[in-house]
Formats: sequence, C-alpha cells, structure tokens
Amino acid sequence: MESREIRFENVSKFDGEVLGINRVSLAIRPGITGLVGPNGSGKTTLMNLMTGLLRPTRGKVSVLGLSPYDPEHLFRNVGYCTQFDAFPRGTTGFHFIQSFLRIHGFTGAEATRLTEEALIRVKLTEAADRKIAAYSKGMRQRIKLAQAIAHNPGILILDEPLNGLDPMARAEVIALFRELSADGKHVIISSHILHEVDMISDQVIMINGGYVVAEGEIQDVRSEMPEHPIQVLIRCSDPGRLASRLFQMDHVVEAKIQADQKGLLIRTRDADQFYLRLNEAILETGQDIEAVAPADEDVHSVYQYLIGSNGGSTS
Amino acid sequence: MSSGHVQKIKQLPWVLWIRQVQGIILFELRRSLTLRRSPFVYLLALAPLALLSLRLFFPTEQEILDGIGGINVMFAIIFRAFYLRLAVFFGCVGVFMRLFRGDVLEKTLHYYFLTSVRREILVVGKYISGVLLNFIIFGGSVAVAFFLLYLPSGWVTVEEFVFKGPGMGHLFSYVGVTFLACIGYGAVFLLMGLFFRNPIVPASVILGWEYINFLLPPYLKKISVIYYLESLCPVPIPSGPVTILAEPAPFWLAVPGLLGLTLVVLVIAGLKIRQMEISYGEE
Repeated sequence: MESREIRFENVSKFDGEVLGINRVSLAIRPGITGLVGPNGSGKTTLMNLMTGLLRPTRGKVSVLGLSPYDPEHLFRNVGYCTQFDAFPRGTTGFHFIQSFLRIHGFTGAEATRLTEEALIRVKLTEAADRKIAAYSKGMRQRIKLAQAIAHNPGILILDEPLNGLDPMARAEVIALFRELSADGKHVIISSHILHEVDMISDQVIMINGGYVVAEGEIQDVRSEMPEHPIQVLIRCSDPGRLASRLFQMDHVVEAKIQADQKGLLIRTRDADQFYLRLNEAILETGQDIEAVAPADEDVHSVYQYLIGSNGGSTS
Repeated sequence: MSSGHVQKIKQLPWVLWIRQVQGIILFELRRSLTLRRSPFVYLLALAPLALLSLRLFFPTEQEILDGIGGINVMFAIIFRAFYLRLAVFFGCVGVFMRLFRGDVLEKTLHYYFLTSVRREILVVGKYISGVLLNFIIFGGSVAVAFFLLYLPSGWVTVEEFVFKGPGMGHLFSYVGVTFLACIGYGAVFLLMGLFFRNPIVPASVILGWEYINFLLPPYLKKISVIYYLESLCPVPIPSGPVTILAEPAPFWLAVPGLLGLTLVVLVIAGLKIRQMEISYGEE
C-alpha cells in the first residue's frame, strides 16, 4: 500500500563531530505541519534530509514510500522552498521558474503555462520580466515559493517561508498554505514566529539540540505535560465568587483574578474534570460568561515549557 | 546483448531524459554565453584572431617565399601550441570546472538537485552544454584563424588550396580535433571540479603532464589527451631535438580512445554527484 506519510526511522545526521539531528523517528501526516525550534536546532537539517540534499549518517528516511535519493520520482511530488537567498545570475523571475520546469521535463508550452499560474498564485506577474537581482527580499521570497509550487507538488516543504514578507503578503501566503492543505497536500513549514505556526499548523514538531522533543497536535502535546497545569481563562461578571467556588475542586491549583476584575485565570491538573464541572459552578454562582478559552494550549506556551526560551520573535 | 536487455533499455524514459537534457543545455548556454560569465574564454578565442588580422596588412617576405606548404606548417604549429595546449585547455578549465563548482559558489546548485531529474542526467546536460559552449567559441575561432592565415597569400591561392585542394579537409580536421579536445578536456575538468575546490592545482598538474608529453616515453604518452589529439592533426610539424618520437595513434584508436576515456570519466562524475550533499556553509 502506498504510504501517505513522511517517515524518519531512527535518523541521525552528524557533520563530522557536529550534531545535526539525533535518533529522530517521526511520521508526518498530510495537513500543515509546523516545525519549530531555536536557531541551530536541526529544522533545516530535517528538511534537507527529506529532500535528499543531505544523507543521514544513520537511519532511513522515506517520503510517501519514496527514497529521497531518487529525485526523478521524488520531485514530481515534492517542492522545497529553501532558506538560501541566492539565484542564478542574470535571470528574470519568469525565466527562473520556466527554466527549472523545463529541467523537470515539461515541454516549453507546459512550462510557460505552469510558470504563469505560479506567478499569479504568488501575485508576482507584474515583476515577472524583471531580473531577480532587482527584487526586494519579499519578492525574492515569493519567487522561491512560486518555483516550489509551480509543478503542483503534493508535498510542499518551506523553510522560513514568511521571512521578509510584509503583513499583507504574509496573510496571502498563509491563505495559500491553507488552500494547498485543504487540497490534501502535505505542507511542512519551519518558522521562528510561533504565533504564526500556531495559526496555521494542524500539527507541530518541536526540535531542540537535534532531538525531537514533541510532535503531534498541539492540544495532545500540551495534555502530555502533567507537570505544567493547564491554564484556562474565563471572562465573567464576578470572578471573585467563581474563584472561591472553583477552588473547592481539588485539581484546581491556582486562580488569578485579572486586573480589570472581569476575568479569571485558572490552573488545573485535570482539564477534563474541570470542564465537566465548570457549568455547574457557573450556574451556582450566577455568572454572565463572556468567554472560556484555554490560555496555554498554544505553540508558544508549549515551546516555553519544553524548550524554555522565548520563541515569540524572529532571529 | 540479450533481447531482454534491449527491451529494458527501450522501456527507459528516453523522451523525458532528452527533454530534461535539452532544458539543462538551454538554461546553461543562456547563462554562459553572456560575456560577464566567461570573459576569459572569449579573450582566449579572440586573441589569436586579433594577431592574425595584423598579418593581412603586414605579410612577411619569408611566408610568401615558403608558399602554402609553409603556411600549412605555421597553422599546424599555431593550432597545436596555442589552441590545443593553451586556449582550449584553459577554456575547458574555466568552463567545465565551473559547471558544478560555480553553482556551489553561487549557492544555486540546490535548484537543480530539487528538480525531478536524475543527477546523472544533470551531469550529461551540463557536460554537453559545456562542450557546445567551448566548441562554438573555439571551433569558430579556429575556422576564422585558418582563413586569416591563408588570406594574405591572395584569394586565388586560397581558392586553389581550400576549395579545390586539400584545404577544406584540413579545416574540417582542425575543427574536428577542436571538438574532440572540448570533449576530452571537458570531461576531465568536469570531474576535477567535483573533487577539488580550487581549480589551480589540478589544472597545473594536468597542464604540466600535457606539456611534457613530447618528452615522455611512448607508453606514457598514451595516458594523455594531447597524444590522441595531435595524432589526428592533418599536418605534421617538425619535432624538436629532445622530442621522444612515438607512432601517432591511428584514427580508429584515437577517436574511440578519447570517447571511451570521456565515457569513463563521466560515469565517475555521475557516481560522485549522486553522493553529493548541499552544504554551502563549508565553501
């Protein structure tokens, strides 16, 4: 049966004495997967191993059942937008994409059509005939993205694809990722910007020092951390009364009333029990509820718990 | 070859591979034909033409006395000493060692590695583009130089020698040898470019070996590109006092020998490129 996963089986990559990644075993399913970790943690190494740009020192990598070292078959179905910000000298945006489509094996007419479609998708048609050397950082990022998606791959691997994009372009590119994911494609994105990963990812892989420290849907990863009680934010009319009622539950370890006296931050060791009994507490204390939401079931919080540093900014 | 093997070869995706090679050649030629990328190659090809053009205006008396025979020898010397040992040699160093190394230095090789093309096909496509580029430049230069050398003898002499005599055959031979030189040296330097970061060292070693070829014993002469190329030149040149003579390689050995050597070198290059990783940081 044809595999629909990208699999790493006990993969290690050393560059001489330097560790790239160590004993990584993963199975990445379709959807948007966010790859997060600090600089030098091994994100790019992981992506380069998936695409055959690097070879593992130990272990095995397969992409939908294909070897990464069989480019003829692999790259019919894989597009990789790398972090390298370099382009063949003297080429225009159009010529760059069209030339590599021809190298893929498309005929001249097919290559031209696919180039035009890709340029429309990344909104770069007007600058298509200008030399890439004259492009801004954001335009270069978009032309790389266009080159990665031009042959309509089923798997899109994107190393820091949002770098250099202005907020409008970011929103458009994120919408494009969602569109591709909705078509059943794999979209694997590495990023330093955790709130963006949080917004777009169906699942995350957290990597630190060459080791995968967590993988899966963020809620599942969060629930696997009993040493860190779950935080729930409740916006309500009388947080003081609700706090004293909730404290009667033995799994609630902390309750903080927010400064505006309209909210309550609860920390609980048993989220399921807490949500089961919350309605009862609300009715008993006669609250008007504005919102109930998990406060640390996001990538940023999990990242802080697991990796420890502040991962909210680019570096 | 058994019919099973033939059937297997027929089933290979030749049409796709040919299209991919065409795509690589088109892209590479477009990049390389610009003056900015290969100014040194153009300079090597144009320098002799500039010098020979001067002869149109200042022919020497001795050359007129020597007649066609003397000019034949003069062109043979220019071809061997300048074109084969210097221009085509360094042209191939410049073009072929850059085919992969240049992309590594520009950090653009990954674009090729991320297309659905076998790396061996990539070697073939890049190699053919290098051969075409060098042949267009140096083959053209040889042909123009040939006419520039004979023209001062007068149009009637040129007509008699080139169009009614053996001249056209000589020209085809020289252009053909130039083509084979691009093929032979091209393969060697493409491979060197995959093994060495700095082209100076391997180029110097190979240049030294090719230059002392005339001093080598016959069996060692055969381990060089120049031996086979010189064997194919139509006009022999007088050998110097210290030259160790060897029978020139017959055509049936020289051409297949060079092509065979090229094939072996390309196979090694294909195997090397299959294992290649992208780590620009180390360059």
